[in-house]
Amino acid sequence: MLPSYWLEIIVLLAGLVLLVLEAFLSPKRKSAIAVPAIFVLIMTLIGVFLAEKGFGEENGELTRYYAFDPMARFFKILTIVATILTLILALDYRKTLSRFTANPDSEDGTGEYYCLFLFACAGMMWMASAADLVSLFVALELTTITSYILVGFMRRSVGSLEAGVKFLILGALSTGFLVYGIAWMYGATGSTNLAEIGQNITEENATYLLFGLALVLISLAFKVGAVPMHLWIPDVYQGAPTPTTAFLSVASKAAGFAIAIRVVEPFLSEGSILAPRVAFILAVLAGATILLGNLAAIPQKNFKRLLAYSSIANAGFILLPLAAWQTGDSDLTSKQVIAFYLAIYLIMTFAAFFVLAVIHRNTGSDEISAFEGLGQRNPLLAFMTAIIVGALAGLPLTAGFWGKFLAFKTAIDAGLWVPVVLGFIGVAAGFYYYFQIIRSMYWRNALDESPFETKPLSFYTIATLTGLIVVLGIWPQPIYWLIGA
Amino acid sequence: MSILLILIPIAAAIAILCGAKAKPTALGAAALNLIPGLGCVFCWKHESWTFFWEVLSKPSIHLSLGFYDGMSVIMVLLSVIVLFTAVMSGKCPEGREKLWYSSILLIGAGALGAFLSTDLFFFYAFHELALIPTFLMIGILGSGERKEAAWKITIYLALGSIVLLAGLIWLVSASGSETWLFKDLLASSIDPGEQTGIAALLIVGFGVLISLFPFHSWAAPAYAAAPAPVAMLHAGVLKKFGLYGLFRLYPMVSSGMQDWLVWLIVLLLCNILWVGFVTINQKRLDTMLGNSSVMHMGYIFLAFAALIHAGSFEANPLAKPAAVVLMFAHGISIALLFMLTDTIRRKTGTVELAELGGLAKAAPRLAFLFGLAAMASIGLPGLANFSGEVLVFLSGFWGYEGGTLGCLQIATILALWGVVISAVYMLRAYRQTFQGPSVDHTNSEHVKDFGPFCQIPAAILAIALLVVGIYPNSLLNLLKEEPAAPAPTEQASH
Repeated sequence: MLPSYWLEIIVLLAGLVLLVLEAFLSPKRKSAIAVPAIFVLIMTLIGVFLAEKGFGEENGELTRYYAFDPMARFFKILTIVATILTLILALDYRKTLSRFTANPDSEDGTGEYYCLFLFACAGMMWMASAADLVSLFVALELTTITSYILVGFMRRSVGSLEAGVKFLILGALSTGFLVYGIAWMYGATGSTNLAEIGQNITEENATYLLFGLALVLISLAFKVGAVPMHLWIPDVYQGAPTPTTAFLSVASKAAGFAIAIRVVEPFLSEGSILAPRVAFILAVLAGATILLGNLAAIPQKNFKRLLAYSSIANAGFILLPLAAWQTGDSDLTSKQVIAFYLAIYLIMTFAAFFVLAVIHRNTGSDEISAFEGLGQRNPLLAFMTAIIVGALAGLPLTAGFWGKFLAFKTAIDAGLWVPVVLGFIGVAAGFYYYFQIIRSMYWRNALDESPFETKPLSFYTIATLTGLIVVLGIWPQPIYWLIGA
Repeated sequence: MSILLILIPIAAAIAILCGAKAKPTALGAAALNLIPGLGCVFCWKHESWTFFWEVLSKPSIHLSLGFYDGMSVIMVLLSVIVLFTAVMSGKCPEGREKLWYSSILLIGAGALGAFLSTDLFFFYAFHELALIPTFLMIGILGSGERKEAAWKITIYLALGSIVLLAGLIWLVSASGSETWLFKDLLASSIDPGEQTGIAALLIVGFGVLISLFPFHSWAAPAYAAAPAPVAMLHAGVLKKFGLYGLFRLYPMVSSGMQDWLVWLIVLLLCNILWVGFVTINQKRLDTMLGNSSVMHMGYIFLAFAALIHAGSFEANPLAKPAAVVLMFAHGISIALLFMLTDTIRRKTGTVELAELGGLAKAAPRLAFLFGLAAMASIGLPGLANFSGEVLVFLSGFWGYEGGTLGCLQIATILALWGVVISAVYMLRAYRQTFQGPSVDHTNSEHVKDFGPFCQIPAAILAIALLVVGIYPNSLLNLLKEEPAAPAPTEQASH
């Protein structure tokens, strides 16, 4: 049996090896490096299922830093799937990528792009398992530093560079918050292990711990794109290469929530004197994020920017069950609801980004107006887009509905009335701005009536994801098996 | 077996999207659906109708279908009849057959699914399934101000659905029920304090979908712009979803509804009188029908108010049968009216009342059927709406033993004036359209009486109106509860 920590090591080693091999590829075919990368990730995905279930004493000192529980397993699966999808998206994006890097005619200097995702993936997989603030910090930095490069990768695109700089500055700031917070927590309890911190909450150190936790939460808010650290999202998402945006919006957010659960859990669990206060802070963050993300999305004219605001809004919806913190016996626990939501969020969001990439390739634009007349130019794609957008809005009988449904149900069970009301306002706003896409696809005519071509790779991925949205919309039970409910 | 009723139209819609011949497939599917749809009347209690599949374990949600009670049977009956006639009568614009027929079938499937669900969740979800093709059809293939109307109905109904969903989740959460099945929910009880809030959400949520005043302004423009089959299906069938839901869930929130009774009575009177006057003022046949359908919802709400006033189904055994008969009657009559209006539009090119006249000479059969439907809509004895309306007014006075009039009785008396209002606008519209001198585009040189493809569905609807009108027990017998109190007798009717 494979010890679970080998999974990260495999991905990391594969990244290093592919980086070396990439140098020997012909400049015209650098993107071919994505194929072995995808292969390695699929093998790792199988490995996750084969890996030893428990992670106990026999692993010695490592158990302090590393956990392999059902949540860790689920988040590893999620990260790997997200990275595979990102690489597929990047394969169809290679033309645009090379246009804005060294040489528009060849793929010179784009090979690293594909390898970097592997490093980020390894970091996120480790984040899912982090049981100690130190390992959490190291894993987070591995991911974040890789992301800086991925965002600013299109060197000749001003938008990408601007996004890279913004991301770097705010990311560095949030890292500062994180380290400072960790220091406070360590100072208050004398330990960096999260379980030990949870055991050492007393009346005396509660204030210091809360201050430290607040700092850490600010940094985590940056990671998941929640208020008050949400401002970078629209600009960075819009400027970054589309595969990076998709990766940030799904994998990065999921990893952020994975560590958020780990950090918050000891404070919210039964018997903690800080539980009401921490839950209150989280409820405030959830409400503010939902409201801000959804309302700010309404006036957007650019689909990529719209998806950015929608990603903020979704962070808010995921914060709801976190703030509700149910450990229920008959119902799902909050952790499971978050995992469920993220699994569905992955499907919908990647589907949306694949559609965006197809639209961009055909019309050269990310604007919502680029969707006009799609109903006539490519009825099948328009139909699938309608389903995807409907799922994002949360229509019943699509997968997207179940995520919101469970999140709201958890929050209602916990009696979080104010955030729930804000949540319903947010969903209502969501109907408005998502349906604008459907409106422009079907009710408006395009100036250009020529048919619309989709590359087979993108087309089949969109079709698969749309199929999943519909099937899971009627029968969501399979996700329960993944999250171990 | 009940899943067949949903699967047949959905399968046909998919087949059409994949390239099967649109009209024959759609017509075949709708006709095929008539068999179980009409057949269920005789054997709906049989176990073979139920279908049960757990789609989610926590919270426990089932795709559970079957006939919960006689109300479901009647609504299914209404749905299959209107679906068939809508498929048959509609005239599809050249080249858009796929969208046209698949959308109509999906709307029908959604409506049937909602009425057949015995699980609260799918009851809600199927209705949403029906709404999406409705929005698309109005936006793409509608006429006139279609884009504005479609956007308005989309936003209104989406918002209404969200409010409703909030109410439903709260309802289930407060009931402490293990599952979302109606039978478990209705067996549980809810704290009266919470009931008030839940009832408010349900009234607003369902109210938007039913076009309760003041949430009604989406209805008339949407029906005017919608293609005829969509208007038939939405006004005739889908809109009844909200009323069906209110009556279904009522026992769970009976004391909460009590707190809103006065408000509800005021709103329903606005529906009948205010919207009634608005209807009189309409200059076009289609917007007039749209408004009249909003207005008639007020009567059904009156029956609901009578139910709330009494406190339980047993305390006012007339209220539910009254509402259900009227729902059926209104669904059939408004569908017939929208169908015939579309025929008039196609034959003369206009539905402006001022530009019509003397059509009866050129198209006597059309005139006769339109007259019949208009009379039904007014509430002429012998036609289905009359049975419904009489029962509604009787239910308003159920248990009244003389003395001062309660607010429900006053409301009933005021609502009676609605009949006069409907007579005014319906008869005026009939006179404007069919009587008087012919205009150039309405004389017999341009207009021929309508062909069999429209006659057959119109005849089906007219016969349904007559059957229920002459023998209302055909529906009322379905509503008799097995062990419950003896069925209402119709003595003190006049």
